[in-house]
Amino acid sequence: MTLDEFVKAFAAEFDDTPEETFKADTRYKELDEWGSLIALSIISMVDDEMDKRVTGADLRNCSTIEELFNLVESK
Amino acid sequence: MAGCVPERVQENKDYPGMTPEEIQKYIDATGVVRRHCAIHDGSICTSDLCQKAAEKLMADLGWDKSEIDLLIFVSHTTDYKLPATGIVLQDKMGIPTSCLAFDITLGCSGFLVGLGVMGNLMASGSFRKGLLMVGNTQSEYASPEDRSMTLLLGDAGTVTAIEYAPDSKDEINITYMSDGSGREFVILPDGGSRNPVNEKSFIMEDCGNGIRRTRLHEKMIGDEVFSYGTHFIPKVYEEMRAKFSIEPDEVDYLLLHQANKFLCEKLRKKLKFPPEKVPYNIQEFGNTSGATIPLLMVTELQKELHDRQLNMLAATIGVGFSLGVAQIKTHGGIVVPDLMYL
Repeated sequence: MTLDEFVKAFAAEFDDTPEETFKADTRYKELDEWGSLIALSIISMVDDEMDKRVTGADLRNCSTIEELFNLVESK
Repeated sequence: MAGCVPERVQENKDYPGMTPEEIQKYIDATGVVRRHCAIHDGSICTSDLCQKAAEKLMADLGWDKSEIDLLIFVSHTTDYKLPATGIVLQDKMGIPTSCLAFDITLGCSGFLVGLGVMGNLMASGSFRKGLLMVGNTQSEYASPEDRSMTLLLGDAGTVTAIEYAPDSKDEINITYMSDGSGREFVILPDGGSRNPVNEKSFIMEDCGNGIRRTRLHEKMIGDEVFSYGTHFIPKVYEEMRAKFSIEPDEVDYLLLHQANKFLCEKLRKKLKFPPEKVPYNIQEFGNTSGATIPLLMVTELQKELHDRQLNMLAATIGVGFSLGVAQIKTHGGIVVPDLMYL
């Protein structure tokens, strides 16, 4: 999965935030829609798409979508 | 097999700590509408729920107490720190002193671990009739100011009677996973030998997101449990499929530990099972820890367990982390009394 594809897949987990909002440098925890259920959906999406496990701590420690992508790639 | 829950019901909509909209959102996500919870004053313990279920089950089976030679009690909510509750139950139920009785301290994985332990002990032929009691009254451990726990946990006791029957076609295959690196994610920190109770144990601490609890309340980091469960249950399931040649189309039901509906639905989809093969009762009972799978069998499969052969899969993830995936094949004739209340 490329970074662009990751950003798209990340955006697809949100219902109310427009897709164009999402860029590699988007600080996802600052989005209004960010919350515990979205976090779980992201964990699940990464597992489905990349067969990698993102932890709750990973989501808390990363700021941007790109940082998260790089972390997942390094696993 | 049989189950018993406290008569007392707590409706999640009555929770004073959230707005009606917030509560509805919580119910939609977790699936928990109400829970059966004991008042934790010692009047109803897990062992009382299990005992009531066991007395009725033995009567329906026509088992005499003198025949019981194995009693395993699986719970985190024991009567005392010591002695073992299984041994207390031997005396209270009038089971012969010649029986082997002991406790296993596990949570959500308790039924599958207990089933494996009892099954293996019995397979040796050293024991003839056993009672596997699995339950929890852990709503006691939830801080009333921790909505992630207090609206989730319910209380229940179950019993599964297992008999040595070398000619039976019934079959149980289980694969386990134990990973203590997850111990911090579901924990009741104080009160054991590692962190003895001290004056700080009773202080209500602000844990963020409006959650407050003491170190004598159960803490759960939900996203870590979710991350672990959604990643590893499918992997263990695939191992099971290969090892025991399981054909998903031939499986009648997938019984998921009723952790919360969001996690269960993710798992159902990952394991590729249609909704009609995955029963739920979390809406009525909440997460009753190790009791959820047998409770699900009692409330949702009572008639079918008796009337026909079933090929079931069960999967659970819980405190530890401790994880199990099982295949349970039965051939009808399973005695399941109606759910009991205490």
